Amino acid sequence: MSDPMSNPLLVQYLPILVFLAIATVVAGAMIAASLVVGKQKPDAEKLSAYECGFEAFEDARSKFDVRFYLVSILFIIFDLEVAFLFPWAIALGDIGMFGFWSMMVFLGILTIGFIYEWKKGALEWE
Amino acid sequence: MATLPDLAPALPEIFLACASMALLMIGVFRGDGSLRLVSWLTVASFIVTGFLLLQGPEGRAVTFNGLFVADSFGTFAKLLILIASSLAVILSVNYLEKERVARFEYPVLIALATLGMLAMVSANDLISLYVGLELQSLALYVIASFKRDVAKSTEAGLKYFVLGALSSGLLLYGASLVYGFAGTTSFDKLATVLAGAEGAPSVGVVIGMVFVAAGLAFKISAVPFHMWTPDVYEGAPTSVTAFFAVAPKVAAITLFIRVLVGPFGDLAVQWQQVIQFCAAASMIIGALGAIQQKNIKRLMAYSSIGHIGYALVGLSAGSVEGVRGVLIYMAIYLAMNVGVFAIILSMRQSGRAVEEIADLGGLSKTHPMLAFAMAVFMWSLAGVPPAAGFWGKWAVFLPAIQAGLYPLAIVGVIASGISCFYYLRVIKAMYFDDVTEPLDRPTPTAGFVVAGAALFVFPVYIFFLSPITSGAAAAAAALFGAR
Repeated sequence: MSDPMSNPLLVQYLPILVFLAIATVVAGAMIAASLVVGKQKPDAEKLSAYECGFEAFEDARSKFDVRFYLVSILFIIFDLEVAFLFPWAIALGDIGMFGFWSMMVFLGILTIGFIYEWKKGALEWE
Repeated sequence: MATLPDLAPALPEIFLACASMALLMIGVFRGDGSLRLVSWLTVASFIVTGFLLLQGPEGRAVTFNGLFVADSFGTFAKLLILIASSLAVILSVNYLEKERVARFEYPVLIALATLGMLAMVSANDLISLYVGLELQSLALYVIASFKRDVAKSTEAGLKYFVLGALSSGLLLYGASLVYGFAGTTSFDKLATVLAGAEGAPSVGVVIGMVFVAAGLAFKISAVPFHMWTPDVYEGAPTSVTAFFAVAPKVAAITLFIRVLVGPFGDLAVQWQQVIQFCAAASMIIGALGAIQQKNIKRLMAYSSIGHIGYALVGLSAGSVEGVRGVLIYMAIYLAMNVGVFAIILSMRQSGRAVEEIADLGGLSKTHPMLAFAMAVFMWSLAGVPPAAGFWGKWAVFLPAIQAGLYPLAIVGVIASGISCFYYLRVIKAMYFDDVTEPLDRPTPTAGFVVAGAALFVFPVYIFFLSPITSGAAAAAAALFGAR
């Protein structure tokens, strides 16, 4: 175990290490370049933190309309569905009928959930 | 090209999944007035699921690339779960209507939780274990806070959610350690890998297994992971507590047995210490904690902690007889708890639900049959012969003694003696205290369930003891035979 390269399991993870190094270098280069090349004209608005329309620093227990929460939760389900559909569509040739029907079952269950939320009135703002 | 897997072993689960989604659609299109219809359809789909289960393939069948296993061990547990869930739904309808929370989502959520339980009992891989467990837990978090405008109920739901999420985290952490050190998540392959290992097992696998066991101990509320139980039992609507006390317990303890005996069977020396500690601590805390309680739901929470301790005594023996004992114990536990909760659900004074032990005062004068049934359940829970509870304890303590676990057996007998005190206190309240305010007449449904459960606990169980014992023996043998 003295030499990590002698362990075949760890060698499999080598590309991840290389990728990590490249990512660090590229990200660092971008930040450094923008500091060196870019024109810096800071003002109060530019320097303040941006936090999705809310004040960035205040009591975390402030009240906000629960409907925002509902909409974002409902959104994220279908957002994730699309994130799941992309790799499925690309790999469809390899995963065959089993893969195809697995996704159909998944979409069917989501549709049931969608009908439920629509019928319950969760999509109406008022 | 991957071919379609064999769906036959999972047919009951697939049916229940389709049925619960159909029920959701029926409910949402018919509106909130459909609680009764959806509830009875849910019970009907549980019955059909049970029928499909009995028609399932003989012997051990593995499908979905080894993720799912159907065997007689699972079938036994699944039948218990389906019986418990059906009774929970039947008992809930009147309660929900009287408490003005009659929403059709309730039976649908119970159906989804039950589906999760069936899936976790059939898990043959750490991943499918987690998926089943989460499907069950997520549905349970929601129904714990079903009275959403009552602070106590939402508090119960939140507590259950936070601690449940923590336990799921522990379980996943353990599963990742096991995967890292053993190289597989499949139960069958884990058993092979661990059986083939030379010398002492790897520390990583042992730590991973202990984490998985801790996560599961949370779900069965074994000490030291029991803190959530009294609060959640007290805060959740009583019909939900009745469900919590039985079905999830049966599911989680069967899963516990499957994980420890199946993939980690060769680490028995390591997990036996953990289980013995949990068993002894649960019995002691269950007995001592209940003494102070005035609320009958909290009393039943401590009682269930103690009973899980007794069940774990059987598991800690690590033998076929021990596992058989746990299964018999859970079957009898189911009957006793359903009966007690049917009575608690009927505790109303002029329409208002009450849950103090003092409210049972003088029940023998106002409702003699109800009081007698409660007394039978209390005797049985205390494990006094000739009630059924005694035979449950017999079935778990005998294998423990055969395995030489004398200290554990002694702790169990002492805890049993202490727990007699609080069970008898309920009987004393019913028979010797004065009536403060008489309870309302129980509904016919609750009456039927109480009468049925009481007759089962004593004396009808004698006729069922041999089929239950042989079923449990076959189930335990199937689990050990598969190794």
